Amino acid sequence: MEQLRTFGRELAMGSQGGFYQSKEFLDLVKSIGEARSKAEEDRIVVNEIDTLKRRIAEPDIPKRKMKEYIIRLVYIEMLGHDASFGYIHAVKMTHDDSLLVKRTGYLAVTLFLNEEHDLIILIVNTIQKDLKSDNYLVVCAALNAVCKLINEETIPAVLPQVVELLAHPKEAVRKKAIMALHCFYQKSPSSVSHLISNFRKRLCDNDPGVMGATLCPLFDLITRDVNSYKDLVISFVSILKQVTERRLSKAYDYHQMPAPFIQIKLLKILALLGSGDKQASENMYTVVGDVFRKCDFSSNIGNAVLYECICCVSSIYPNPKLLDSAADIISRFLKSDSHNLKYMGIDALGRLIKISPEIAEQHQLAVIDCLEDPDDTLKRKTFELLYKMTKSTNVEVIVDRMIDYMISINDNHYKTEIASRCVELAEQFAPSNQWFIQAMNKVFEHTGDLVNIKVAHNLMRLIAEGFGEDDDNADSKLRSSAVESYLRILGEPKLPSGFLQVICWVLGEYGTADGMFCASDITGKLCDVAEAYSSDDTVKAYAVTALMKIYAFEIAAGREVDMLTECQSLMEELLASHSTDLQQRAYELQGVIGLDAHAVEFIMPSDASCEDIEVDKDLSFLDGYIQEAIEKGAQPYIPESERPGVLNMGNFRNQDHHESSHGLRFEAYELPKPAVQPRIPRALLPSTEIVPVPEPVYPRETYQTPVTPIPSNPSDAGSAELKLRLDGVQKKWGRPTYTPETSTSNSTSQKTVNGAAQVDGPSTVNSTRETYASRKLQVEISHEKQKLAASLFGGSSKPEKRPATGHKVSKASSHMLEKSHVPNSSMEVASEKTAPAQTPPDLLDLGEPTSTSTAPSLDPFKQLEVLLDATQDASAANSATSASRSPDVMALYADTPVGIHNKDEADLLSGMSNMSGATARPQPTKGSSKGPNPKDSLEKDSLVRQMGVKPSSQNPNLFKDLLG
Amino acid sequence: MIHFVLLISRQGKVRLTKWYSPYSQKERTKVIRELGGVILSRGPKLCNFVDWRGFKVVYKRYASLYFCMCIDQDDNELEVLEIIHHFVEILDRYFGSVCELDLIFNFHKAYYILDELLLAGELQETSKKTVARLIAAQDSLVETAKEQQGSISNIIAQATK
Repeated sequence: MEQLRTFGRELAMGSQGGFYQSKEFLDLVKSIGEARSKAEEDRIVVNEIDTLKRRIAEPDIPKRKMKEYIIRLVYIEMLGHDASFGYIHAVKMTHDDSLLVKRTGYLAVTLFLNEEHDLIILIVNTIQKDLKSDNYLVVCAALNAVCKLINEETIPAVLPQVVELLAHPKEAVRKKAIMALHCFYQKSPSSVSHLISNFRKRLCDNDPGVMGATLCPLFDLITRDVNSYKDLVISFVSILKQVTERRLSKAYDYHQMPAPFIQIKLLKILALLGSGDKQASENMYTVVGDVFRKCDFSSNIGNAVLYECICCVSSIYPNPKLLDSAADIISRFLKSDSHNLKYMGIDALGRLIKISPEIAEQHQLAVIDCLEDPDDTLKRKTFELLYKMTKSTNVEVIVDRMIDYMISINDNHYKTEIASRCVELAEQFAPSNQWFIQAMNKVFEHTGDLVNIKVAHNLMRLIAEGFGEDDDNADSKLRSSAVESYLRILGEPKLPSGFLQVICWVLGEYGTADGMFCASDITGKLCDVAEAYSSDDTVKAYAVTALMKIYAFEIAAGREVDMLTECQSLMEELLASHSTDLQQRAYELQGVIGLDAHAVEFIMPSDASCEDIEVDKDLSFLDGYIQEAIEKGAQPYIPESERPGVLNMGNFRNQDHHESSHGLRFEAYELPKPAVQPRIPRALLPSTEIVPVPEPVYPRETYQTPVTPIPSNPSDAGSAELKLRLDGVQKKWGRPTYTPETSTSNSTSQKTVNGAAQVDGPSTVNSTRETYASRKLQVEISHEKQKLAASLFGGSSKPEKRPATGHKVSKASSHMLEKSHVPNSSMEVASEKTAPAQTPPDLLDLGEPTSTSTAPSLDPFKQLEVLLDATQDASAANSATSASRSPDVMALYADTPVGIHNKDEADLLSGMSNMSGATARPQPTKGSSKGPNPKDSLEKDSLVRQMGVKPSSQNPNLFKDLLG
Repeated sequence: MIHFVLLISRQGKVRLTKWYSPYSQKERTKVIRELGGVILSRGPKLCNFVDWRGFKVVYKRYASLYFCMCIDQDDNELEVLEIIHHFVEILDRYFGSVCELDLIFNFHKAYYILDELLLAGELQETSKKTVARLIAAQDSLVETAKEQQGSISNIIAQATK
């Protein structure tokens, strides 16, 4: 009777609090809610755990009560505490017959367990049973669990049922079955490879929900293998068409948009299918254009779809009309006040500039605003964009900015990323050695050991190889500027280990090479390093080897070697070092100093770090020597494995003159080899130093190459390692491989200049007067920004305007200097030659940045031609519209199909806004000397007119561009 | 793909967590602490997106509650922002102008709803009506079960008289 009573009370309590929870549970939630500190919260939870542990183990708990316990467990787990003691009860709950209880059980197990958990095996059977249930809600609950819990091994157990469910009468079940199959595919593609046709079938499901869900797996499948799904392009296009035409039920509308989530998914798929495939892309143009037109700019979801359209357009085979619409949307995003839209705009711009680089020009100020925005997310996105648009002309500004930002943040993850980007850009585009070394120094100084050590090795390699061409002069300049800057940097406290390694290596290799510094300067510094970073063995090892090189070069040059006292004391310390590696290096140094000039030159040829070392692994050159020794009665070599345990110490000592002063290394030297002949292995020696210092090497490892006659020679292992490294390392930043841009030699840049001038010239003539008013407004935009804009978007033509960036090219090597001036001089030539393209005074200079910065990309003139060809028949209509253009260009774009005149205008805009951004204000004095040539410009004008392009005279967009 | 969904209050208290990618309990705690710090300290006019360990976290604040979803680098942030809103609209319809308290006391209901919306980190249903219908179907089952039990308790009550 008592039991019945409590049962009744529980039932009554269950109905309290709206959703049948007990007072206890409500109290728990409340007290957690009121907890003032994390500690207090933890205390409450720990109490709760104790209570639950006790209660849950009691026998015969009513189901309702148990259900509540499980939910309390979920709550505890959600708060970050361990509820594993109750997992088994949750698993038991899934076995229950009542759906109510079962559902709670499934919810709990999906939250508690992941697919690797041991308890899964206890659930699989239940899932199997539930998948066959005739109550579709039970099936749904089981399918939810399938997605979360079934792992690769258990897929076969449920796969047949899941496949059967694809034909279930309830759409909710079909949908979940599709998702479950998708999960299986993700976890183990091979397990469902024979079932992939099911996805195609479900695409035609008459329920839009199921169709929408099918897009998820199809997107995955198409990502992995585009070609097998090309036949579906037509289906996807027609689905998207139907969606945009609102053929789906109203229930799928979201904020007045027809099924936007499905549209986005479809656009993603189309982007994959149309990438690099002209034929497939052509099928998509109309529907994507429709989506563009029908999207609602005012709602967030509309913008999400538009963004996806831009992604799609920039991925498929380019279509000028769509690219124009995309560019329009981007400028709308960038001009928006919403940070979210700006962010998306920057991202979209980064996608589009791959196809039409010129569109960046018109947004330069917006980009710079984003770069200077206090919002970190936006800033990072902008850096990503800059990274994508870096070329040799703007690399300095961009990398400098990146480094500044890198220094200012604490987030190590991002710091590493941005540092490696800096390195990559600097390697690819560095305009001068000087700058490159400086940039690298900064990166190393501030990110230190976050940067992959490979980067440090790369830097060493770069300095060693120089340009890799015949320009020895430039190479040595690079090196001496490196040496100079490193000597300066060594004065700073606390440098990162990786950077110190580079410094030591470079100082050792090239410290005395150009005769600017004498050996004692360099060795003094190296000793300082070894002392200051005495806890870092790797750095010390680098320093000692560097010392050895310096002394070797001195000896080889026939100079008297005078070891500094600090150096001597360092050596003494290292000779007794606990690190065998350091000790060995110290002995090597000692050995080298004792040799005569000829021998030293052989061991340590100067500047030979790039020369290949041939390794004779069999050491066949020793055969004669060994033969001789054996004949004299020496014992033959016995492989380590067959060796007797006893070591012959006396014998060992006699063998090795160099090492006679200590008795530590006995194992490896018991080989029957008398005096060492340094001459023989010398050929092996030269550049072991380029090899990164191995972690403390123990004698056993080092000497396992058994017959190596010189004890102190790790060259075998070393050179093998060296060879390996040679393959993986990137080419240095010399011009040929990476950058067609850097080689913008006279001819190319000149040509594009001509092309650009032809397009820009006449149009700007007309617009000069009209935009005069707008110039006054430009003045308001700060000088700083404009300079930055100029250097980012068109810096090449005026290096002299770059003081804001802090880096001058003036000190660069002659080679580089020449290069950076090329655009300038070619400009002059171009403007002289192409008289017809002559533009009015103040515009000539300002127009230049456009042309040079677009030089590596498409020639705008050529694009125009293509355009003309493509839309020949449309040109008549277009010229009509362009003649009577309404001032509201935006509206025009939005409402009518975008015609050719838009393209023209885009060019025009880019020219103009670029001009306004590039320099602070018109410079009439400078321009007047060049003088306009009205006749020529008229001719030009008429030529352009003939081609059906009418330069516009009015440009409301310009204002927007300038004032955001 | 959505890697996890987090609901955090302005005070940094966890209201709901759903993990679609495997994270150990320790990692979860760390993630919540880290992201809570980043997101709660952001100003109102900034982007609703945050870079985080190579992923992106999209968040939106509703009253005192932050809804966060972690997605891959190449996902569409605006779309995810709308998925969050979609979820909130469904919650709103279900609870009848939802407030934080509803979610605090009925977090398991929120889980059921989320399970109808997202599955395995993908959006499975985009129609509000369909989700509402499914949830209603499940709830009606609960109701009938309750009624049955109610009748049982009547019997018991009579029996104990």
